[in-house]
Amino acid sequence: MILLWFMLILLIGGVLAWIASYWNTNASRWISLIGTGLDFILAVALWIRHFGQVHLTQHTLWLEELDWSWIPQFGIHFHLALDGLSLVLLMLTFFLGMVAVLCSWTEIDHKIGFFHFNLMWTLAGVVGVFLAMDLFLFYFAWELMLLPMCFLIALWGHERRIYAALKFVIFTQFGGLLMLVAIVALYFVHYQNTGVYSFQYADLLQTPMDSRVAFWIMLGFFAAFAVKLPAFPFHPWLPDAHTEAPTAGSVILAGLLLKTGAYGLLRFLVPLFPAEAHRFAPVPITLGVIGILYGSLLAFAQTDLKRLVAYTSVSHLGFVLIGVFVWNPLALQGAAVTMVAHGISTGALFVLVGALQERAHTRDIRQLGGLWATVPVLSGAMLLFSLSSLGLPGLGDFVGEFLVLLGTYRNHIGISVAATFGVLTATFYVLKVIQGAFHGPNIHGWTLPDLNAREVLMVVAMALSLFWLGVNPQPVLDTFRPALTNLLNASVHSQGKIAAGRVP
Amino acid sequence: MLAVLWLIPLFPLAGFVILAVLGRRFSRTAVAVIGVGSVGVSALFALIATASFLATPPVGNSYTQVLWTWMEVAEFRPRIALYLDALSLIMTGVITCVGFLIHLYSAEFMANDPGYSRFLAYMNLFVASMVVLVLADNLLLLFLGWEGVGLCSYLLIGFWYHDPANGLAARKAFIVTRVGDTAMAIGLLHLFSGLGTLQIQELMKRAMTEWPTGSSHAMIAAGLLLGGAVGKSAQLPLQTWLPDAMAGPTPTSALIHAATMVTAGVYLIARTQVLYTLAPPVQMAVAVVGAATLILAGLSALTQWDLKKVLAYSTVSQVGYMFLALGVGAWSAAIFHFLTHAFLKALLFLLAGIIITSLHEEHNVFKMGGLRKHMPLTFWSFLIGGCSLAGLPLVTAGFYSKGLIIWEVGASQDGGYGLWAIAVFGVLLTSLYTFRVIFLVFFGETKTSVKAVPGNAMTMPVLVLSLLSVVGGFINLPALLGGSSPFSTFTGSVFPSVTERDGLSLHEVESELIVTVAFVIGLVAAYVFFVKKTSLIRAFTESAVGKSVHQFWYSGWGFDWLYGRAFVRPFVRIAHASKSDVIDTFYTGIASANALLYRILSSTENGRVRWYAAGLAAGSVFFLAMVLFL
Repeated sequence: MILLWFMLILLIGGVLAWIASYWNTNASRWISLIGTGLDFILAVALWIRHFGQVHLTQHTLWLEELDWSWIPQFGIHFHLALDGLSLVLLMLTFFLGMVAVLCSWTEIDHKIGFFHFNLMWTLAGVVGVFLAMDLFLFYFAWELMLLPMCFLIALWGHERRIYAALKFVIFTQFGGLLMLVAIVALYFVHYQNTGVYSFQYADLLQTPMDSRVAFWIMLGFFAAFAVKLPAFPFHPWLPDAHTEAPTAGSVILAGLLLKTGAYGLLRFLVPLFPAEAHRFAPVPITLGVIGILYGSLLAFAQTDLKRLVAYTSVSHLGFVLIGVFVWNPLALQGAAVTMVAHGISTGALFVLVGALQERAHTRDIRQLGGLWATVPVLSGAMLLFSLSSLGLPGLGDFVGEFLVLLGTYRNHIGISVAATFGVLTATFYVLKVIQGAFHGPNIHGWTLPDLNAREVLMVVAMALSLFWLGVNPQPVLDTFRPALTNLLNASVHSQGKIAAGRVP
Repeated sequence: MLAVLWLIPLFPLAGFVILAVLGRRFSRTAVAVIGVGSVGVSALFALIATASFLATPPVGNSYTQVLWTWMEVAEFRPRIALYLDALSLIMTGVITCVGFLIHLYSAEFMANDPGYSRFLAYMNLFVASMVVLVLADNLLLLFLGWEGVGLCSYLLIGFWYHDPANGLAARKAFIVTRVGDTAMAIGLLHLFSGLGTLQIQELMKRAMTEWPTGSSHAMIAAGLLLGGAVGKSAQLPLQTWLPDAMAGPTPTSALIHAATMVTAGVYLIARTQVLYTLAPPVQMAVAVVGAATLILAGLSALTQWDLKKVLAYSTVSQVGYMFLALGVGAWSAAIFHFLTHAFLKALLFLLAGIIITSLHEEHNVFKMGGLRKHMPLTFWSFLIGGCSLAGLPLVTAGFYSKGLIIWEVGASQDGGYGLWAIAVFGVLLTSLYTFRVIFLVFFGETKTSVKAVPGNAMTMPVLVLSLLSVVGGFINLPALLGGSSPFSTFTGSVFPSVTERDGLSLHEVESELIVTVAFVIGLVAAYVFFVKKTSLIRAFTESAVGKSVHQFWYSGWGFDWLYGRAFVRPFVRIAHASKSDVIDTFYTGIASANALLYRILSSTENGRVRWYAAGLAAGSVFFLAMVLFL
């Protein structure tokens, strides 16, 4: 039941926040904060309760499960389930949810109730994606994320918000529709070969099918996940959406929505089509390494701070893409840790850029400069999170990226070496940000107020999480391990199935 | 008592955290107490550990302290663990003790700077990272320290961030060293993939048993680590950042860019010496890099007018000696030179700071002069440091360490007379550029008035370091002077000793004598060129050839020019060209094609009956044709 509550709290909280805004605008802020906070506490409590279990048991698939029949005629279930991977991602979701509420506290000043409604419903969609074990439900949640997010960009965004929102919707919807086709195809193929109508993850894992058909169905899934991730060359929606979205939108986009793409690859694409994914792997791995280098090159070229940070996501998610398709324990753990670390570090960078824009009313590096003296706390925080972004050991991103590189090196030396250069090119854009905005002479004579208590609270929480992930990632790695082992086993298992009894 | 090991990095780290978070709220005195005190306590613990290590050497002459498992994925299990043996003990001692003296000096030197607490915070973080680097029990933790010191170096070079030139120097240092770090990171990947661990001692053991001498794996790994080492230690071809790094405050130059961080590469190679023994060509490359760097940098030092840049090039050159020693397997000698160089170069930089401050931020040695009378203490200390650097025979530390390197370069089976001759020529150069500076700054007529004299916090470190620059050499006397060499004995538990060549006709005494001759020639030449017959030099630099040679050496042999053309500009140009994302043009292309199609179609909907009738007719004809002909 607790899994349902995770979603219900957000869905109900969103509606309440909307209603409450007619009475008091601060109330909707507090309701959202309490809602996400409550979910976060529940998730952490769940983690603590299950910690011994995630540590020890390798063979139970799920820590929590909820399986209700929904539309029995079509074999559709309301099936939620949680393992270590989903659990950590849930905690990330609620953590960044709170951050998103807090960073909008003063930034959003119109249609406050509706804003929080959209925020909460997007989060509910994300939670659904991380929990759904029925592909119909998964698609439902996948689409649920989309519309409220689109509203967040279109209604509270910056100058070119309509363009960005449309671009976002068209790109993700295009990928999403291909996935829908793939899901339905998989459903019918499963029926053809087994005589059972089912959208259940566990059933579909066992689907015997022709390799050529499987390959095409896999491509359908890949389209949706690659656009969301985003993998090069499906990324152009991202810089626009991130740049134009309000701060909370950028935090959720970068921190969570991109992760749903990575999660989809991990949970569905490779386990459902292990042999095909293996055959296909050189393509996404190459796209990943191109993304790493191309993303950092373009980040370096930008002068808009938000756009710059947006392109770094293309770069970092390249590591995730590589990690997923290399598909060994080191690389998978690396990909999973990168998802969390990138969520926090990039989320924090967006929070800080948002805070800066709220003060200076510009994001243009050329208009800024020498801010360290006037906003030392903001500058120091920016430096810290940028350093995590450039892969400084001791901070979260390093752990993830190094594990990916390590897992990749043995079988794909060239890819691993090229990706390591991505860590070097990350230096260029980070130094550009620090020099351009915070060091150098203050030629425009900026005097700005420094971070306030609310912002300091967010920054400190995020910084501590990154440090913790950087020097003692073991609890998180231990939580991931059984889930990732299961995924690895599932893929080996179904690969064996295909090899043993391939249906013509 | 070795259990105090973890406190050595902890105190400076705590100092950093406190100063970074609360520093702006503290009084200057409190900041100074925390910033200097943390490193002082750390030095104290380092001395305790040293005393304990010497009194009761641990089993196997090494001590490991495991703090926690960093991460554990499959067979990859790096720990946060410290490893103490003779090598890391010497390094830790030098870092914390010299670090403490420099912190003490900074407390006064930076006293009026608005970024006082920020400065001490960065310096504290540096000491913590450097200690982690040398104490790390595995290469990943070493890499953490390695990147940490690189970061601090960047932050401190660009400390006075208002001046864009400082920012440029800082970014250059960070990026150039990170080029090396990238090679090193790939080296770690290679080592782990080949040997299944990154724990240094285990790694060396496995390398020795699994990789034969000359195996390509060992060569690749050693070569990649060398890439990291030349970056950090400012050796060819990544030496370009160090002279520019002098943009930072002078205590930074003393601590990071002379005494400690730039020797991180030396430490790395010494630490992984097994790999280099297994890869003789790479080890040869280390020697060649060292030899080439020491000559190139020595010649560049001769042409600089900025006091700090002379010292910077001198540092590059002296680290070149260490690389040369490593390259011929004179491991112990390299670390000995690290030790003496840390004392004397820190001393010279601190004195440079005093001189520059006293002369109203004047860096140009040609505008100084006659300071011998105005600043006697500074003069005598500088003379001691300079003599030690140049290697004044018998009484200075630099003589013993450099003499040992040169002798072993000549004697080692991996060395040879060619490298030996280069090293001896290096002594001549060192002596020449050192005394050039001494004559220009302290002799002749006074050109700039002296503003201030340093206080106790600045004088005390200078005195201690002067003393160490003299007596530091006596811990390792050559055999002919009584043969007491506790240093070599001590490091003998870590390093194999040098294997002498067969049929060696050179004697240690002869080598030392020739070194002495080179020293004297350099000294006399400096006296002739820069005191007696200054016209000679002027005539040379004004001739066409002399001018271009001078310019070439002055600009560091054109490396900046080359890298700017070959890497920086193309990258920036490509980045600017692709700023608006070429990939996006494809998608916007689709969008515009759609818009175009829409305009074409909508233009047919224009309300003119003629158009509609014509369309109707054309359509009918088309369909009729289809029916008839298909």
